[in-house]
Amino acid sequence: MMWYNLAKAQSFMPTDGTEIAKQVDNLYGFLLITSFIACVLVIGGMIYFVHKYKRKSDNDKTAYISHNTTLEFLWSFIPLVIFLIVFAWGWYIYQDMRTMPKNAIEISVLGKQWAWEIEYKNGYKAVNEVVVPIGKDVKLLLAAQDVIHSFYVPSFRIKQDAVPGRYTALWFNANKLGEFHIFCTEYCGTSHSGMIGLLKVVTQEEFNSFMEKGQEEGQLPLVKRGEKLFALKACASCHSVDSPAVKVGPSLYKKFGSDEILEDGSKVAVDENYIRESILQPNAKIVKGYPRGIMPTFQGQINENELGALVEYVKSLSGK
Amino acid sequence: MGHSSAHGENYLNHEKGLWSWLTTVDHKRIGLMYMITVLFFFFVGGVMALLLRAELFAPNAVAGVGQVLKSGDIYNQVLTYHGAIMVFMVIIPGIPAILGNFFLPIHIGAKDVAFPKVNLASWYCFMFGASLAIGTFFASKIDTGWTFYTPYSIRTGTSTVMMVLGAFVMGMSSVLTGLNFIVTVHKLRAPGMTMHRMPLFVWALYSTAILQMLATPVLAITLLLLAAEKIFGVGIFDPKLGGDPVLFQHFFWFYSHPAVYIMILPAMGVVSELITTFSRKVIFGYTAIAYSSLGIAAVSFFVWGHHMFVSGQSSFAGILFSFITMLVGVPTAIKMFNWVATLYKGSIRFDAPMLYALGFMFLFAIGGVTGIMLAVLPIDVHFHDTYFVVAHFHYVMVGGTLMALMGGLYYWFPKMFGRMCSDAWARMSFVFIFIGFNVTFFPQFILGAMGMPRRYFDYIPAYETLNKVSTVGSWLIMAGFLISLYTLVRGLRSGEKAPMNPWGSKTLEWQTSSPPPHFNFDVEPIVTAGPYEYR
Repeated sequence: MMWYNLAKAQSFMPTDGTEIAKQVDNLYGFLLITSFIACVLVIGGMIYFVHKYKRKSDNDKTAYISHNTTLEFLWSFIPLVIFLIVFAWGWYIYQDMRTMPKNAIEISVLGKQWAWEIEYKNGYKAVNEVVVPIGKDVKLLLAAQDVIHSFYVPSFRIKQDAVPGRYTALWFNANKLGEFHIFCTEYCGTSHSGMIGLLKVVTQEEFNSFMEKGQEEGQLPLVKRGEKLFALKACASCHSVDSPAVKVGPSLYKKFGSDEILEDGSKVAVDENYIRESILQPNAKIVKGYPRGIMPTFQGQINENELGALVEYVKSLSGK
Repeated sequence: MGHSSAHGENYLNHEKGLWSWLTTVDHKRIGLMYMITVLFFFFVGGVMALLLRAELFAPNAVAGVGQVLKSGDIYNQVLTYHGAIMVFMVIIPGIPAILGNFFLPIHIGAKDVAFPKVNLASWYCFMFGASLAIGTFFASKIDTGWTFYTPYSIRTGTSTVMMVLGAFVMGMSSVLTGLNFIVTVHKLRAPGMTMHRMPLFVWALYSTAILQMLATPVLAITLLLLAAEKIFGVGIFDPKLGGDPVLFQHFFWFYSHPAVYIMILPAMGVVSELITTFSRKVIFGYTAIAYSSLGIAAVSFFVWGHHMFVSGQSSFAGILFSFITMLVGVPTAIKMFNWVATLYKGSIRFDAPMLYALGFMFLFAIGGVTGIMLAVLPIDVHFHDTYFVVAHFHYVMVGGTLMALMGGLYYWFPKMFGRMCSDAWARMSFVFIFIGFNVTFFPQFILGAMGMPRRYFDYIPAYETLNKVSTVGSWLIMAGFLISLYTLVRGLRSGEKAPMNPWGSKTLEWQTSSPPPHFNFDVEPIVTAGPYEYR
């Protein structure tokens, strides 16, 4: 299959992480080659003719060819046959893609502005991170909380919209260990491009211990718990933590201990109380240059312990 | 002077003053009014495009060049205005309203369209709708994307209602123009101008007019339902109120897919005219091209679901829509082959309009084959809503429609204004636009295959290099259009006087003076042969 490997090298498709992805790439390789030939024929024919029949004098006589039934039949029939072949080939793969396997591991995925909430059968929850075992059928049950999102794993060549008010689903069977990107591909507002997750394919043993570890959350140190919570509440969708880059809200990188300038021009020291107030009453003080009313309040949604953990985590971002 | 009649000898100086333009019922003047407004909107939409590309030059985390626009919200607004302005105010009205208004009546030997006052009303509809749409910019800027997908468009706090009402009113303008064209073609053809002697540009406009009449009302209903839901809280699309968001997508694409052909069919018509004129040869397969326009128009109503393969519609529907989409590919391919065959044994000149027509064929071939790829189910699952789709429709809409519009403008400029443009400058504009276009959009195919989703304010570092190339390409396109602007303005001010038929074409508009008199022809023409009788 030399031709196919060649086509694949040209196509820049991401690594294929499933058997179906490989099949999709085969079909894509075939399409690339036939498209390339078609373009060479049409564009090449065009360039050859305009070069060969360049106007020589203003009195050139041209041939009067109004039509040619055989030729016209052929160039209608041949494309039709090719189109039907790729349609049928596509149908065949699509059927596999859309037929949900029985006895698959089921994981619920909830899309919301702007994070993926993952829930496993045993009640363990995570955000923006799906962990699955290699070589097992996995079915993702998709739902959306606010607007339409779309769950896309480029390396698996799968994509499905998560629609509010109903469930949709997709499945895969990963055959490569590693981490793969999850993107949201249905436009969902301010931080659509920040709704990035990771799909981790691990061995069965790692998966088992991951599921057990999920039960032991409570024993983590405060900073670690804060970090977990920061991810779980999707704070990272709007606040960067490892660089001063601005997402939706101000970056928290090295913010603790510095001074912040507010919209009325006054200064405020970033200390524990300021962070606490910003989480519980985000509109009490607005940093200069940012819009009011974007960040939702977390009053009543996190308890005192969790608040402490978050403050501790933000402190740790300053290296203090 | 002292003459009892103050009327000049051509349509431009027939009457004078701004008021005579604002109240004109002359199809040629209405065409020019569309030209001025559409080119203005094109400028605005183009500036938005440059902003988007500037933002995507580097990931946001890169210091200095990374983040150009202040926030994701602003980026989303810019992409919405870019899309909405380019679709509703540039590409859809572009060729039919400018070149169609001006040349359809002349092409069939008529004095004007069938309903001249309705024609003027359609321009005012367009202006009113466009003002509403642009007005949202000064109310609260919308951020829904040009597709207004629910429930996002219902939830977002921005003035979606005003925008969709704008699109609704512009749709009215589109319906009125379509109606006018259909009646004009059936009722006002000159003696001897049978349907099969009409130029292919007229056939393309005729097919487009049918689409405009039948599809636009569906968009109007959809947008009104959306407005009703947003204002009165009636549950139609929002699941919180018991509605279904996917229903909106069905309604929307039931219009917007045929709309794709509203955008491209007239361009195909222009290309047929350019290719025959500049190769001085009869078109190959006149009947096939004429009827494939109608065929495309008919089938295009039954392929809307190919925009929704991953939306949650049933697999069966997906398979059906994929199949029908393959069928619509065939007449499109036929047209390409016909144009190439027309070049065979011709006598080909490379004036700027012809370069644009050849550029159209080059880009449309790529837009076409990638369209077939997207119609294949599992390939679309991977490419849907990625940059591959963005690249594909820019190849078709910009590489296709806009190239044809530019070629058409240069081709008919001498007839419209009675002056010649500098061909050297016009060809230079082509070189910049053509190369810039490929530099901008070809990398986006690869970005899409790599998995970069569209409508992205920021992206992972792996996509950086190709995005940089793409942004540099957008500057080349900008240079090309600035050169075009200079060429056209220079032609208007100081171009040499155009003869009646500078390109040696056979269609009727070249058999009257440049610019044409108020009623197009001094003597009603009698037609005795087809439009491309180069013997």
